[in-house]
Amino acid sequence: MTRKQRRLVLLSVGLGVLGVAAGLVLTALTDSIVFFNSPTDVIEKHVRPDTRIRLGGLVQPGSVVKSDDLHIRFEVTDGNKAIPVTYQGILPDLFREGQGVIAEGKLDGAGVMKADSVLAKHDERYMPKEIEDSLKKQGHWKDDYAAKKTGGAAAQSGTAKVQ
Amino acid sequence: MALINLANPTRFLTLAERVLPWLIAATVFAFAVGLTQALFLAPDDYQQGATVKIMFIHVPFAWLAMMCWGVMTIASLGTLIWRHPLADVAAKAAAPIGAAFTFLCLFTGSLWGRPMWGTYWVWDARLTSVLVMFIMYLGVIALWRTVDEPASAGRAAAILTLVGALNLPIIKFSVDWWNTLHQPASVLRLDGPAIHPAILVPLLSMAIAFTLLFFTLHLAAMRNEILRRRVRSLLMLQAQRASA
Repeated sequence: MTRKQRRLVLLSVGLGVLGVAAGLVLTALTDSIVFFNSPTDVIEKHVRPDTRIRLGGLVQPGSVVKSDDLHIRFEVTDGNKAIPVTYQGILPDLFREGQGVIAEGKLDGAGVMKADSVLAKHDERYMPKEIEDSLKKQGHWKDDYAAKKTGGAAAQSGTAKVQ
Repeated sequence: MALINLANPTRFLTLAERVLPWLIAATVFAFAVGLTQALFLAPDDYQQGATVKIMFIHVPFAWLAMMCWGVMTIASLGTLIWRHPLADVAAKAAAPIGAAFTFLCLFTGSLWGRPMWGTYWVWDARLTSVLVMFIMYLGVIALWRTVDEPASAGRAAAILTLVGALNLPIIKFSVDWWNTLHQPASVLRLDGPAIHPAILVPLLSMAIAFTLLFFTLHLAAMRNEILRRRVRSLLMLQAQRASA
């Protein structure tokens, strides 16, 4: 074995070990690395009231109730479970029914989340407005997502990534 | 020309002087095309309106920040395994460019996040892993400045660069492995880009322009580094003669 080959092997082994170590650490820390939990996660984990959590999902269409003083109430759903959220303040531009959002705050005793911040999540698709209109007119809007969901390819845990 | 021929710094300098003007011209041309498409021809997005145009610089900065670390990784292997004399010059010259691109990626992303997400910054996996890369760039630069002898500085920086290379797949797949506020990949994904061609084409033009800019800056920085080392060795020679 030449010196070059020995150095190559040494480096590869070293990096391999380091890579495995990093992989193990990241896998172990998954719970703290995830930025938000879906409503199903929150309900299944029995998150206690007054614990700060981030809740991510879609704004349930038809659930948004706005009142005076910028008060708003809406439900966050992942298609499986839904959690009601109340919030007072200015919402991001992208906030609308069916939009992915992440609310940060605490659950109260009744299972309603009192959020002190609401972030909008947008999807990875970009297209001109006219295309969106024509897709909607033809009735093809978002059907690839519906297909994905039934196909089980929605390994995205059905949260805000759906759209 | 084989890579080994370029090991001769003089030959490399001659080549650099010949290639640089063409690279600069190509960069200017690519930016003229890319900016025209991005600023005037690209349509607004259906959700984000005109804000989407930040993407035309944000995404190339992000890609090139990662590509630059890739270049440094290859150069580091050249330093550690083959002891190629220009490898550590390439690595050293790339670090500040990569750091600048990473900073601009974070900065433009932050400006984009405020109107769209509603926040300048969150500690999600994508944003945090890119910040880690930025700090590692600063670490590599600091290491080069700490150790005087170029050969030993180069070896230390090369090891740090290889360790930092483990972060590249984490950055790329962070949006798939964990829930993040940042959306998943739009262009480099298995089932094809999720961007309409009207927006994708300007994005790719800008990416080409920034890639050319990177190579122009990198080649010029490598030339400067070689000249700087010559000055250094001449000065040392002079000092030796004076003391003898």
